[in-house]
Amino acid sequence: MRDDHLLTAKQLSREDVEEVLDRAAEFDADPSAFGDRHEDAILGLCFFEPSTRTKMSFETAIKRLGGDSVDMGTVESSSVKKGESLADTARVIAGYADALVLRHPSQGAAKMVGEFVDVPLLNAGDGAGHHPTQTLLDLYTIRENAGLDDITIGIMGDLKYGRTVHSLAHALTNFDADQHFISPESLKLPRSVRYDLHEEGANVREHTELDEILPALDVLYVTRIQRERFPDENEYQEIAGEYGIDLETLEPAKEDLTVMHPLPRVDEIAPEVDDTDYATYFEQAHNGVPVRMALLDQMLEADR
Amino acid sequence: MSDHQLRVSKIPRGTVIDHIRAGQALNVLAILGIDGLGGETVSIGMNVPSDRMGHKDIVKVEGRELSQDEVDVLSLIAPEATINIIREYEVVEKQYLERPERVVGVLSCPNHNCITNADEPVETKFEVLDDGVRCEYCETIVREDIAAHIAVE
Repeated sequence: MRDDHLLTAKQLSREDVEEVLDRAAEFDADPSAFGDRHEDAILGLCFFEPSTRTKMSFETAIKRLGGDSVDMGTVESSSVKKGESLADTARVIAGYADALVLRHPSQGAAKMVGEFVDVPLLNAGDGAGHHPTQTLLDLYTIRENAGLDDITIGIMGDLKYGRTVHSLAHALTNFDADQHFISPESLKLPRSVRYDLHEEGANVREHTELDEILPALDVLYVTRIQRERFPDENEYQEIAGEYGIDLETLEPAKEDLTVMHPLPRVDEIAPEVDDTDYATYFEQAHNGVPVRMALLDQMLEADR
Repeated sequence: MSDHQLRVSKIPRGTVIDHIRAGQALNVLAILGIDGLGGETVSIGMNVPSDRMGHKDIVKVEGRELSQDEVDVLSLIAPEATINIIREYEVVEKQYLERPERVVGVLSCPNHNCITNADEPVETKFEVLDDGVRCEYCETIVREDIAAHIAVE
């Protein structure tokens, strides 16, 4: 397998992260100034699951760099519908493109595809596994708002299936960050993530109630509790309300708390929070473009 | 020869797997893909008294020597086992098991959403941890009852 695929956030050292974020800051300052950077570069988009932000931000990023994208379209309109394997689909599209972006519902899909393709591959989400490019834009947002060292971060919601959470937790082990995980018992971090955090010697604590830790937080990263995971609708309703935030919930928080969310949200963050200084989730989503520009620039440059 | 070994008669050629943790003999057969339909003659001793282990299981398989892959996986569920290769009724080779760093193509991943359980051209790969195994694709950690995940053909 090539060593320039980005499959998990575990691959990223502190230096790797800082290099991408510094470059992203250059693109962020003037995104339209790099239109001749990768003329003729083609990015292959393989999205086997619905996606709005991730897909459109990759498309925007490659266009801002002067390149273009080819898109396999929906699963229903592709050869996958005819029974073609993921390995074959990816190999074919890799023949058209200079780099690939993959989102797939199965965990480990990106690792497998990485064994079959000859162009750099970016994992844009593999089931409940990893989402490393989301993590880089999360880190960029955290750095801009709170810094990446000497921070206390709370990560709340569906920690079991939340791939953005898994990747972020791994990446934060590179920094001096106290990590607090807040979730119902049934949606705690999976064993494999806890194993890695323990191996990394990360400073980690788990909670079931936000108010146990909220006043100490510099960053609160909220994720959607996924209704579809609950066998019993009543059980979901009981939990979902407890893991949402509004202005009243945030009263004990620090004034400069940064509230993040990978989006889409449903009812985890009340709209009344949007107009406060806490709200950073739309800025976070916008950061997807400069961060993905930086990643693509790095990968395409290295592959020349 | 000890009384314990005399419980089952000597075999002319094949493999004797001795010092299997008591209760694991049937899982050892599962690893070897032996279900009685392949024609091999198999003798099993279960809960045999053992000076070293208290009780142990023994499996004797006539006419078959184990591959390295089989030995590797065997080490996950029967780490104390010794493997005796028999030719002409004599032990010609005695192997002690060493835990491998990884096992390939032998265990199936219990995570139904793992790509190795989709219809893709990929073999399972598991990293061997101190107290279990970990899927190299979806990262699921299996600690309990590893034998239940042996992918028997």
